[in-house]
Amino acid sequence: MLTISNLHAGIEDKKILKGLNLEIKAGEVHAIMGPNGAGKSTLASVLAGRQDYEVTEGSVEFLGKELLDLAPEERAGEGLFLGFQYPVEIPGLSTTNFIKTAVNEIRKYRGQDTLDAVAFLKLMKEKMALMNIDQTLLSRSLNEGFSGGEKKRNEIFQMAMIDPKLAILDETDSGLDIDAIRIVSNGVNKLRSKDNAVLLITHYQRLLDYIVPDFVHVLYNGRIVKSGTKELALELEEKGYDFIKNEINEDEEVSIAEKH
Amino acid sequence: MNDSSTDIEKAVLKEYEYGFVTNIEADAAPKGLSEDIIRFISAKKNEPEWMLEWRLKAYNHWLKMEEPDWANVKYPRVNYQDVIYYSAPKQKKKVGSLDEIDPELRETFEKLGISLDEQKRLSGVAVDAVIDSVSIGTTFKAQLAEQGIIFCSMSEAIQEHPDLVRKYLSSVVPVTDNFFSALNSAVFTDGSFCYIPEGVHCPMELSTYFRINAENTGQFERTLIVAEAGSYVSYLEGCTAPMRDENQLHAAVVEIVAMEKAEVKYSTVQNWYPGDKNGNGGIYNFVTKRGICKGDNSKISWTQVETGSAVTWKYPSVILKGDNSVGEFYSVAVTNNYQQADTGTKMMHIGKNTKSRIVSKGISAGHSNNSYRGLVQVSKNAANARNFSQCDSLLLGDKCGAHTFPYIEVKNNTAVVEHEATTSKIGEDQLFYCNQRGIDTETAVALIINGFAKEVMNQLPMEFAVEAQKLLAISLEGSVG
Repeated sequence: MLTISNLHAGIEDKKILKGLNLEIKAGEVHAIMGPNGAGKSTLASVLAGRQDYEVTEGSVEFLGKELLDLAPEERAGEGLFLGFQYPVEIPGLSTTNFIKTAVNEIRKYRGQDTLDAVAFLKLMKEKMALMNIDQTLLSRSLNEGFSGGEKKRNEIFQMAMIDPKLAILDETDSGLDIDAIRIVSNGVNKLRSKDNAVLLITHYQRLLDYIVPDFVHVLYNGRIVKSGTKELALELEEKGYDFIKNEINEDEEVSIAEKH
Repeated sequence: MNDSSTDIEKAVLKEYEYGFVTNIEADAAPKGLSEDIIRFISAKKNEPEWMLEWRLKAYNHWLKMEEPDWANVKYPRVNYQDVIYYSAPKQKKKVGSLDEIDPELRETFEKLGISLDEQKRLSGVAVDAVIDSVSIGTTFKAQLAEQGIIFCSMSEAIQEHPDLVRKYLSSVVPVTDNFFSALNSAVFTDGSFCYIPEGVHCPMELSTYFRINAENTGQFERTLIVAEAGSYVSYLEGCTAPMRDENQLHAAVVEIVAMEKAEVKYSTVQNWYPGDKNGNGGIYNFVTKRGICKGDNSKISWTQVETGSAVTWKYPSVILKGDNSVGEFYSVAVTNNYQQADTGTKMMHIGKNTKSRIVSKGISAGHSNNSYRGLVQVSKNAANARNFSQCDSLLLGDKCGAHTFPYIEVKNNTAVVEHEATTSKIGEDQLFYCNQRGIDTETAVALIINGFAKEVMNQLPMEFAVEAQKLLAISLEGSVG
């Protein structure tokens, strides 16, 4: 579904991603972990097409198309969804109206008929029940005055409404208490299927107790330096990121020694 | 980053849709202003002697006045001798009923989305259509008359209801009030007159649609609304003009009188031609609008959506004379390119327990300047007066300006006056968030500005709220980047 090859990207003159490779197939859940500043959120932003970031090398193939050639809204149309770490507020715009516009713009992009008010409401009721979200939240202005937990639930609810092929969840667990993490995780788990994929970006292992990934990758200094299964996450939790750093430094010393 | 700011700008700039000209022969006065021209206008309208006297008095006063320059707008001074003060489309014959209106004119209004066919009209809206200097027809007159409501052009009112006109004309905006009101009094050509009798709740929206068509012509309309005790009326005004390279003048006066327990809701969707994107052409919109809550427990509410005009100078105000009376002002003013707007309100608290509420939303884009100017005045005897003002500005891009000039004069220490103001920008983060949900930048800007203006848009009559929302998006199209 998604193939990232040798991706180099940065912001202004700062290089952040330095040759990242990753492949995600339909039905899989991948988790990317790493210390602060490793480039986790940059990866999410570059995939979604945020303009501040510049890609200097590499390619990203998504469902047969070169993702990097598409505008952000086209990427959304193709089925890419980003759950934001910090969802923005838009005063005066009701959450329902925003989601309706999003759903219909994506349908237009795909050449489908837009949903009328009745059909949209029916879909919304269905997903509200699934996500255990209530009407009052949706009638409020988009994210305005929402608590941290409400904002994240709203992200997952939007994901349910949009039904993407690939959902990238950027630090969805940050700032949430354990109850909120459980609610958000339940939502994500309900949406997992053999046709879609999830890329979780997280700093902590605890989210992975609730959303069990098929693969765990460690991002360090702009590259994926180690991949494994859920056990890798536990190892990281136990030993901290330093163990990765030490391992890499040893490797580099070895490779430098070999060259000589 | 730079790319995206040009997107904002792109999303806010669309061509003006109503810029066409109707090819119809006009019956016009020669250019310039003099006593003779005023006599010409008065004679054309077959006015009674008192009306002519009134006009001449206004003219002589105007000669002694100076054009105001305190507003935060810059424009080359108007040469008042270079303006045509009367222009009427020549109709083949005198119109007896709406069905006989010249097809060209009928088509003009159809193109503007206003049907003069009564059966085709949105039910619940009566229209008076004014082109250049004259009203060409008013719909639903007979139906309204059944309840004693008078809704007709001002010219007709002067002929048919001279006592009412004499009693109320200039009772709220004195002829000598300001430079433009004096000019208007001297040369006004048409407008609407509404009279709602005691206890009558007007069953439909009344609206006047103003269209400037002829070249070099100024439009000077005069509207008077009188709501007798316990009555209610909701009135809407819309305006458009062709695209022309030279500036055209529009100097209107609107007066509202609300008696005891009467309520008048006046909404404006102003979309005069704003000039091109380099600031050439466009309408100078110099308007005096004022209402008086004359009776106790009366209420006047102004709602305006201002998207057009090159220069706007306009302060719909309320004199709160009756005890417990309420004045409201809800405004969205959008400026783009080189447009300039200096607009706001005056709330004059005179009666006891009077309340006023001001909500002003300014949206500036391009190189435009948008100013809110408001005065809240509480006189000595206005015990327990309350005012709440909120002025929010939204900036699109970094070449535009937003300014707020609130004036507060309180002479009674029981008054409570509150003022809140905010300034914000459409953020890249907001746009990216929308983009990521499949919404393109243009649509995103429309969502964000409509959200920003929601509190005001909610005040508009249902039939027009949707139109006004579209209008906001259109006038800002191309300004987001």
